[in-house]
Amino acid sequence: MSLKIITERCKGCGICAAFCPKQVLALSEIEKIEAVHEENCIKCGQCELRCPDYAIFVEK
Amino acid sequence: MSMENLINKYFRPGRLPHIWCPGCGNGVITGCIVKAIDKLALEKDNVAVISGIGCSSRASGYLDFNTVHSAHGRALPVATGVKLADPSLKVLVVTGDGDATAIGGNHLIHAARRNIDMTVVLFNNSIYGMTGGQYSPLTPQGSKATTAPYATIEPAFDITELAKAAGATFVARATTFHAQILTDLIAKGIQHKGFSLIEAVSGCPISFGRQNKMGGPADMMKWQRDHGVMLAAWNKMTDEQKAGKFPIGVLHEDNSRKEYTEAYDELIARAQGGNK
Ligand SMILES: Cc1ncc(C[n+]2csc(CCOP(=O)(O)OP(=O)(O)O)c2C)c(N)n1
Ligand code: SF4
Ligand SMILES: [Mg+2]
Repeated sequence: MSLKIITERCKGCGICAAFCPKQVLALSEIEKIEAVHEENCIKCGQCELRCPDYAIFVEK
Repeated sequence: MSMENLINKYFRPGRLPHIWCPGCGNGVITGCIVKAIDKLALEKDNVAVISGIGCSSRASGYLDFNTVHSAHGRALPVATGVKLADPSLKVLVVTGDGDATAIGGNHLIHAARRNIDMTVVLFNNSIYGMTGGQYSPLTPQGSKATTAPYATIEPAFDITELAKAAGATFVARATTFHAQILTDLIAKGIQHKGFSLIEAVSGCPISFGRQNKMGGPADMMKWQRDHGVMLAAWNKMTDEQKAGKFPIGVLHEDNSRKEYTEAYDELIARAQGGNK
């Protein structure tokens, strides 16, 4: 598990999903971010860098 | 330190989630501020963050330093008082484009003119976000606003040029897309002794983006990526290529002018020493 998502902070803006180069992230039915392909994560940190809500962290 | 630990250390985490809309750039800029402070290893008690009023100015309430959430346009006079009372403090000012350049525009030019040592992070989302999308002096000409349903007819200030002309001795610009560069520039601004202004170009998807059909939050960040040009590349561009774009990086630095609190201390020493 390299991704830590704090769901209560996520507002579903979708920025992380749009900038993830490996399509790891997607919005759930209730518009919260989920790691749908965590196995593809390369830990580049784009999601953490761009999240305006401090809701996703990449654990190295 | 990991970003998660930075948030726990420098924020008041119990105040999160913050009030900003989904995809608002304010959270990114506020994150860059704490990364810059951490990079410089400043003591929390040695930092004061003063803000005005606006969505952006809410940032001071989330940060665990000495903070003042002041009145609309008045962050700089409050910050000037704080800095003069204790010049050893690192003073940061968090302000919006409306806060800093409309109601607070006069304070901005005079703080710059005095070259007082503080670092202004100007959250430029091109609009009055908090009050529902009225245009500001930094709204690009031709943009729609609730006060300009047929689009603005007035040109915007280039706030970096204005700050430089008024006497600021460190002037820089980045965007929320260029978050790492923004962090570096804020750190440089804090290190600079004198008046520093960093324009942080930010997306307001709700009050600006919707009216101007800029797409969603990620599209607004991509717009920043495609319109912000590193200074070295910018300097090689023709006027035609520059149209609609803007340079990012350190745009002005002058280390020759005396800083205001230093001049004030000299005045005190002179007066108390009885020197004629
Ligand atoms: C003296 C005074 N006048 C007007 C207002 C209403 N007001 C609140 S925020 C704001 C503008 C905020 O715009 P900006 O500084 O760009 O901040 P943003 O919300 O976009 O971050 C205005 C006009 C006020 N609070 N106080
Ligand atoms: S109105 Fe705009 S600036 Fe204010 S919180 Fe919403 S997106 Fe951010
Ligand atoms: Mg604004």
